[in-house]
Amino acid sequence: MSVKDKVWLWFHRMASPAYFYKLAGQLLPWSIVATIILMLIGLVGGLVFAPADYQQGDGFRIIYVHVPAAWMSMFVYMVMAVNSAIFLIWHIKLSDIVARSSAVIGASFTFLALVTGSIWGKPMWGTWWVWDARLTSELLLLFLYLGYIGLRSAIDDRRVAGKAASILALVGAINIPIIHYSVIWWNTLHQAPSVSKFDNPSIEMNMLIPLLCMAIAFKLFYLCILLINSRSELLEQEKRSNWVKELVTSS
Amino acid sequence: MNYSNTFLAMLFRDLRIAFRQRAEIMLPVIFFVVVVSLFPLAISPDPTVLKSIGPGVIWIAALLSILLSLQSLFRSDFNDGSMEQILLSPFPGSLLMLARIVAQWCVTGLPLIIISPLLGLLLHLDAHVILVLFISLLLGVPYLNMVGAIGVALTIGLRQAGALLSLLVLPLYVPVLIFGSNAVISAANDLPYNGQLLWLAALLVIATTLSPFVISSALRVSCSYR
Repeated sequence: MSVKDKVWLWFHRMASPAYFYKLAGQLLPWSIVATIILMLIGLVGGLVFAPADYQQGDGFRIIYVHVPAAWMSMFVYMVMAVNSAIFLIWHIKLSDIVARSSAVIGASFTFLALVTGSIWGKPMWGTWWVWDARLTSELLLLFLYLGYIGLRSAIDDRRVAGKAASILALVGAINIPIIHYSVIWWNTLHQAPSVSKFDNPSIEMNMLIPLLCMAIAFKLFYLCILLINSRSELLEQEKRSNWVKELVTSS
Repeated sequence: MNYSNTFLAMLFRDLRIAFRQRAEIMLPVIFFVVVVSLFPLAISPDPTVLKSIGPGVIWIAALLSILLSLQSLFRSDFNDGSMEQILLSPFPGSLLMLARIVAQWCVTGLPLIIISPLLGLLLHLDAHVILVLFISLLLGVPYLNMVGAIGVALTIGLRQAGALLSLLVLPLYVPVLIFGSNAVISAANDLPYNGQLLWLAALLVIATTLSPFVISSALRVSCSYR
């Protein structure tokens, strides 16, 4: 069997709900354990061992929640957009479930990034909110997420809701870079650059390693929630299929 | 019938229907004028203040007025079932939807653009600033129509369409709002404004090429729902 065939076989297997349900169940404990370990390493490293910043003191330590959350907010939208495209092109229901389960998680990460950014801004900028380019585009990203969730919940029929929301996710994915760069451009034109967290070009190693740990821990946390969510969504969507009936009667 | 004839036939049909309800055509323009004239009452009649907020006020009012007029874009066709017939026709749905949006723009966008210099005068903008305002609206308003139509196509079958539509569409309007109002502000400060206008033109080209396809597939989804 050639490599290409193997990839296609894997793709088709993943698209089968029963197989995915089993695989997700096996993957879940491992990813939960890995999330907890990495998050502990990242938090202890970041909150205890990393040196205090020479300008911001201990206040900078919120970076270990804020930056991973901000990274995740973009990452989750990308996952949603890719899965929406797969759903629209190949009609793989599993992709729709992944996109649907991701939306609320992505919106939560975006909200977390906004809240931590605002809490960080209070001591650093002296105010809760600055119309900074990053914060503003994060706020607009939150609106895009809310629109997606709103559209999905407004349509009763699941299949139709999936299609409509997928179209919206793709439109949003095309617009996100445009919105992002227009906001950056607007910001540089309107006000002097605010205190930026990467002002000092090199970030020290024992500050960076906990940050990377936290970033990976956030990704794994997303994976855990995604697996739990999509397993329950799968059960509900496939409640009339044989494998779910077997699962229920055997347990 | 070739594509251009089809396009024109659809365009003239929509224009004819629109002009039979003249009162409805005027409403978005009246809304535009009323919203702009409320700002001096709420903020200050001082000419220097009005000069500085003017471009933003006119742009936001234009954006809201387009949003308001979008509600009726596909409504009657969707309710009486002609939307299904349009989508079932042998011609590409994207072509027919482009004609529909151009008609909508002629009826709601164009009057708004034409009346905008008058509002510029009310807000004490200078003559060359008003010219830039006019050009920026000319380039930006069709974008608002097209991107807004995507939102309408997605929400047409829903009961609470209005509020959801604004949530879907307004974040997508942000780039045009930024470039449009900024071009006018730059012109008022004697700064170069070509870049912003070129950005508006680029966005318009992207929207014109991509949105008709998105709109027709979104309408197919919405029609399958009933």
